[in-house]
Amino acid sequence: MDILIYGTINSIALAIMAMGFALVYGISRVPNFAHGALYVVCGFVTWSLLRGLGLNYLVSILLAMIITGVIGALIYQFVLIRVRGMAISEIIASYAIGLAILEGFRWWGFKGMTYTLPVFVEGSINIGDIPVDLHRVVIVGICAAVVAFLWLFTHYTRIGLALRGMAQDERAALMLGIDSDLMAVVAMAFGSMLAGLAAVLLLPLGNIVVEAGYNVLILAIAVCIVGGLGSWMGAVIAAFLIGFAQILTVVYWGAHYQMVVALLAIIFTLILKPSGLFGRQKELEERV
Amino acid sequence: MTIEERRKERLDRGIKVRTDGIYAIMSLRELSYLTMPRLVLIVGLLILPLVMPSMYWQRVISIVCIYSLLALSFDFLAHFLGLVSLGGAFFIGTGGYIAAIMNTYFGMPPLLTIPIATVVGAGICTLLLLPCLPLRGVYFAIVTLMYPLVLARIIEALNILGGTDGIYGVASFANRWIEQYFVILMVLLFLFGMRRLVNLDIGLVFRAVKDNDQAVRASGMNITFYKAIAVFIASGVGCLGGACLAHIYMWSGISQFALDFSIIPIAATVIGGAGTLVGPVLGCFILVPINELLRAFGTFRILIYSLILVAFIVFRSEGIMVYGQRKYHQFERWVKI
Amino acid sequence: MNNQPILQVQEVTKAFGGVIAVNGVSLDVNEGEILGIIGPNGSGKTTLINCITGFIKMTSGKIFFRGKDITGKPAHKIADMGITRTFQIMRPYYSLPCYKNLVIPLFSPRAKRTGGWRGGGKLGDRDTVSIDILEEIGFERDSFVPYKLASTLPTGYLKRLELARCLAVKPEIIICDEIFSGLSMSEIASMVPLIERLQMDGITLIMIEHRLRELFRVSNRILVLNFGEKVIEGTPEKIMADEKVKEVYFGSEEVEEVMSHA
Repeated sequence: MDILIYGTINSIALAIMAMGFALVYGISRVPNFAHGALYVVCGFVTWSLLRGLGLNYLVSILLAMIITGVIGALIYQFVLIRVRGMAISEIIASYAIGLAILEGFRWWGFKGMTYTLPVFVEGSINIGDIPVDLHRVVIVGICAAVVAFLWLFTHYTRIGLALRGMAQDERAALMLGIDSDLMAVVAMAFGSMLAGLAAVLLLPLGNIVVEAGYNVLILAIAVCIVGGLGSWMGAVIAAFLIGFAQILTVVYWGAHYQMVVALLAIIFTLILKPSGLFGRQKELEERV
Repeated sequence: MTIEERRKERLDRGIKVRTDGIYAIMSLRELSYLTMPRLVLIVGLLILPLVMPSMYWQRVISIVCIYSLLALSFDFLAHFLGLVSLGGAFFIGTGGYIAAIMNTYFGMPPLLTIPIATVVGAGICTLLLLPCLPLRGVYFAIVTLMYPLVLARIIEALNILGGTDGIYGVASFANRWIEQYFVILMVLLFLFGMRRLVNLDIGLVFRAVKDNDQAVRASGMNITFYKAIAVFIASGVGCLGGACLAHIYMWSGISQFALDFSIIPIAATVIGGAGTLVGPVLGCFILVPINELLRAFGTFRILIYSLILVAFIVFRSEGIMVYGQRKYHQFERWVKI
Repeated sequence: MNNQPILQVQEVTKAFGGVIAVNGVSLDVNEGEILGIIGPNGSGKTTLINCITGFIKMTSGKIFFRGKDITGKPAHKIADMGITRTFQIMRPYYSLPCYKNLVIPLFSPRAKRTGGWRGGGKLGDRDTVSIDILEEIGFERDSFVPYKLASTLPTGYLKRLELARCLAVKPEIIICDEIFSGLSMSEIASMVPLIERLQMDGITLIMIEHRLRELFRVSNRILVLNFGEKVIEGTPEKIMADEKVKEVYFGSEEVEEVMSHA
């Protein structure tokens, strides 16, 4: 029973980590290797605003998320936009920026285990007879709300529909008057904010460390690959698959194997069904 | 009123045209045009250990050469095959661990461990990278990014292969001169070897796989196979570097999977000039000494490299060697339109 | 030479999500003939070819080459058996000289086995063989054309280069995807003898074309596709006279007037 609960919570956590990456890749076809860095950025900014400036927690969170979104948009506007289309350079550029941010934080002094964020709600409730932190319950609730919001946004607002149009076929979207560059910046901003959201939700459960940046990047990529690059439904389902696999591994083998699960998931997917669960075949190779 | 417009025109220098093919032996001047740069490189590298002021700097040369091997493998894969390897650490770690194990558990001398580590390491790396080869370049980047990070964690978690401490007591080279000249020779060997390789017929196939893989498939060739060959060669070079490193430091451990080995080859390639194979080596000669000097500043150096890398990419800078080759072979002038 | 068709395509269907590009097409190709495939844009011609040559996975159907089932085999294996193709959007190796363009297919296992075109069973030096092939398709040996970069060549030469790329592996079948497109009347007129020579050398050709006049002159049989389905097949004369074909291309009004100008 506790596997079920912790599995669900872990899966939701993975899903929210992966959504930002999936959004950016789905819309602008740029793999954002700085995703993990943006996650950590939001964490540290929130911490600085909260503890350093003494702002209200909610205000810090919102401000940090906005700042993260802006940073993401700036990254796209000033760096990635110039290398769009050149696959090698895109990868190197976003990886280098991610690295710069993460190592920059490390050098700047954000080392060690002392940086923490408080949980939203103290205490725990009992589901069945398993005690579960209220904070984790809150996470599930917020994620569900976010997913619902995003679904509504991309189906019923102009910008959302434009983003979906770009995800399907960029040239067609251009012909309809959708500014693909602007939409890509918007997508990047949203993706960064989602990374930030994941950070503020998940970091209170532990400490803010720079290594988390790399972990989050790997997990997000693993979820997206297993689910299929460019597919939302796939990412969610993949998150559950990997999430439960991780929890089962922790229970039966040991806690250190969690990342191994992610790695194996990627390898098995690439061997068995490279396009992932719901990915489109054309993502794999050039069209003839 | 007519507006006079000009454009820049680039033409091959006269001497370059004269040295095309067999005409190069026409005179000493033409011969030296071709051979001088290569001679300078070879001689320069060979006398380098002799002019180094202290043992510390001699050690630095060895390290530079190892990074050069990695940079060569990165440039080869990235620009001749379109596969970006974000984890050079993967090759170094594999080669290093195999050499260390061969030496400490099986008692083999460096003379044996290095070739074995190169070949076996290349085999293991190619096998592990095989699933992503039929797919687009992005997947290769993702997988090479992951492997060093995850493997380091596995070793740490399972506490195998020496765990966090690593494997100690690896034998070193007989003396420091052998150490330096061996790695220098390896760099020269693979530098000229790879330059030759990409102009052979199989090298053309590699480049074709990058530019136009559908046409290659339509001719009846299995692109995954050719990519695998290239990955084998490139990872072999990387594992060779790792094996040498294990013997130089007399130790092999998790930090061999470190970020340095991933970012410096990329930065060296971009700064030194991608696609030239000489450029990355030059880039290493610039970056690695700076790296050693800045070691005191911690991970600040990685931040700096990353930023320089981004700057180079964003401003579409060609890199030192590409610029240098262009200047050497061609001249520019303004012409009226 | 037995009477079994060299290529048998049975009920091939390819659906992209909801769009059915090819719907149950069957055809037989006899050895040594030139089969033309025509139809308006979007009728599934290129998709059919991609299915036959293994570049796209079919949704259903079977393909037999000399009686052997080759359904589902990957593209390079099918090319290795001798079924080669050209591309509608040309794909030469632009940054290489023309003769190096041919060195790459000459590197393939099939070329090594068969010795390449006119190789007589053993492959000699690749550079020499490629210059020979280029001469065969019309690039004069003594001119500088074979040594020019492929990116500097005009369309007519590039189309020939595409054919040469197929020839290099000594093919049994060449599928030409709109090889006359983009060429002027005189360029096409000079390519037709080349096509006929290839047929005389024993190669089976399948040609997808829009240039009907030239195609009708060259081919033995014609197949008409529309909306992914086979409309009719037969000799060129039969096709030219058929009402349904005219409807497929022009709609049902004013057909006579348009056809009389063809």
